[in-house]
Amino acid sequence: MDKLDIKVLIKQVPNTSEVKIDPHTGTLMREGMESIINPDDLHAIEAALQLRDTHGGKVTAISMGPPQAKDVLREALGMGVDECILLTDRAFAGADTLATSYTLGKCVLRLGRFDLVIAGHQAIDGDTAQIGPQVAEFLGIPQVIRAIRLEIRGDGLLAERTAEEGTEIVKSTLPALVTVTKEANDPRYLFVPLLMAAFEEDAPIRVWGGNDIGADEAGTGLKGSPTRVRRTFTPSHNKKIERLNGMPADMARTLVERLRERKVI
Amino acid sequence: MAVWVKKSECVGCETCLDVCPIGAISMSEGIAVIGDKCNSCGACVESCPHGAIKSDASDRKADISAFKDVWVVAETRQGNIRSCTSELMGCGRGLADALGQRLCAVLAGKEVSSHAGAMAENGADIVYLMEDKGLEEGLALPYVRAITDAVLEKRPAVVLFAATPFGRELAPRVSRRLGVGLTADCTGLDIDPETKNLLQTRPAWGGNLMATIISPDTRPQMSTVRPGVMKALPAEPGRKAEVVQLKVNIKPEDQRLNIQELKKELYKHVNLTEARVIVSGGHGVESKDGFGLLEELAGLLGAEVAGTRIAVEEGWLTPDRQVGQTGKSVCPELYIACGISGAIQHSAGMMGSKTIVAINTDPAAPIFAIADIAIVEDLFKIVPELITALKMKEGEN
Repeated sequence: MDKLDIKVLIKQVPNTSEVKIDPHTGTLMREGMESIINPDDLHAIEAALQLRDTHGGKVTAISMGPPQAKDVLREALGMGVDECILLTDRAFAGADTLATSYTLGKCVLRLGRFDLVIAGHQAIDGDTAQIGPQVAEFLGIPQVIRAIRLEIRGDGLLAERTAEEGTEIVKSTLPALVTVTKEANDPRYLFVPLLMAAFEEDAPIRVWGGNDIGADEAGTGLKGSPTRVRRTFTPSHNKKIERLNGMPADMARTLVERLRERKVI
Repeated sequence: MAVWVKKSECVGCETCLDVCPIGAISMSEGIAVIGDKCNSCGACVESCPHGAIKSDASDRKADISAFKDVWVVAETRQGNIRSCTSELMGCGRGLADALGQRLCAVLAGKEVSSHAGAMAENGADIVYLMEDKGLEEGLALPYVRAITDAVLEKRPAVVLFAATPFGRELAPRVSRRLGVGLTADCTGLDIDPETKNLLQTRPAWGGNLMATIISPDTRPQMSTVRPGVMKALPAEPGRKAEVVQLKVNIKPEDQRLNIQELKKELYKHVNLTEARVIVSGGHGVESKDGFGLLEELAGLLGAEVAGTRIAVEEGWLTPDRQVGQTGKSVCPELYIACGISGAIQHSAGMMGSKTIVAINTDPAAPIFAIADIAIVEDLFKIVPELITALKMKEGEN
């Protein structure tokens, strides 16, 4: 296989380990929430860089988001990605996974020939794991989901993916789309000179809107999104908690009794 | 795309304030004001009882009345119907009854016709049967072809998939090919009595919030449904369904990916999502040896051992045993959490368990807020006693 052209799809997400919910309104409190690169996406970048380092070629990172999503692209450059595209446009706002996959897919097509698209398995804010398969479908290419190992073999892709009962080796034609999980690799550290360069004026980050990728407005953002959030609420735990007391042996015996009463053991 | 309030129609009822998922709406002089944070999601537009919130989103209403019936896409493993499919049938039956429509099981695979009877006994009115040697378990593309073609021909109102790894690989491609919405990993499904829309409820933001999603203007409405949450109906022996054979037209491009080999040796067979009992450990288990103790307990209970992200990162457990937001979501009959604090990243993956037992030394640990039975004590004191108590026959203690 000659040089590889690899696109990596990455997303800026709020750090959900710090999520705070307004107890009165049941809505998300965004103030002061830290933004990070989606954890699985770091592994996608690493997988792309490893393939490039073996075979030569180019890695392009693509992110859709508000202007501040440039931060995660700078991080990608700091890891060694060659160039970046930030897809930002008011018309992209409110996109569900269908509209997002259309927008990302249009961008990949606009960039021309490619061999692989690599994405993180899922994003921690939405947890849908739908973008990978939907982009693959938009591009009309096969997909390897939950990959932990990738290898270019001849003119195809040999990958190991996690299955429910172990792992599977699958073989695919190229181009293909791959989503990776955190078991795939250990992402490299940022290389400070590269990260510094990513903040320069001439850093290779192009900012594109809908017109630049030839997207039809009916397909992007809220207009292109068939789903709507009807309401949000905080999960309720109206459980009656029984607290056991006494010596460990007493508590253990009581617990066994309770579990037998509940017929769960 | 923009969302705005038509001031003359706003009555200041504040309904939209609670609906906005990002808290972008505030009140000013008795009228709702949409702030800069607005991401145009449109939730408020739907919610306003007075139609005072407007958006310039195009009206995408198609003729949705032509779409009828509730479909359940059956999933097989080694040729057998999986339990998550029976759960979906139970859920789908309720939805079909609420709509006054039929429940249809979609049975696709190499040789699956023998399961048609079971689908009927599980509640199906119609079984759509698609058999082709190209429909190989674990390969999404041929199934995408078969199911999309069937949907285009028969036009169902609702299509449900199990949120198994395969279902979550298959359903997004079908939704993209059809250009319709898909809601991932639902834990609640209902029919809106007024609009007849499918109300799809799922955890969001790592389980911190629940969101109810609708696809009001496109059909079919599609969801993947978390295994273990819905209830299967008791089989009705002798119940019959009409079996309809559908053609499968798999194309060469659907066979660009194939499975070379299944490597089971990497992990011992573990199936957390279908386990009845799970013994789980976190930071408090302290070591691989600590997990040895949990394994002993699990052995007595016929349980699987699982753990938190920390337990996996410390190397005490293999990654296939991680429960939580970045691991597996489980809903067993019994979940015994040992030395787990219960951070949302973990509890998001197990709070649906029927009975939760929490053992932790810290009385303030969040795990106790979702537990049914709480034991504030060192797990290393409790678990050995528990093992002793279990070894005694019932009635002896």
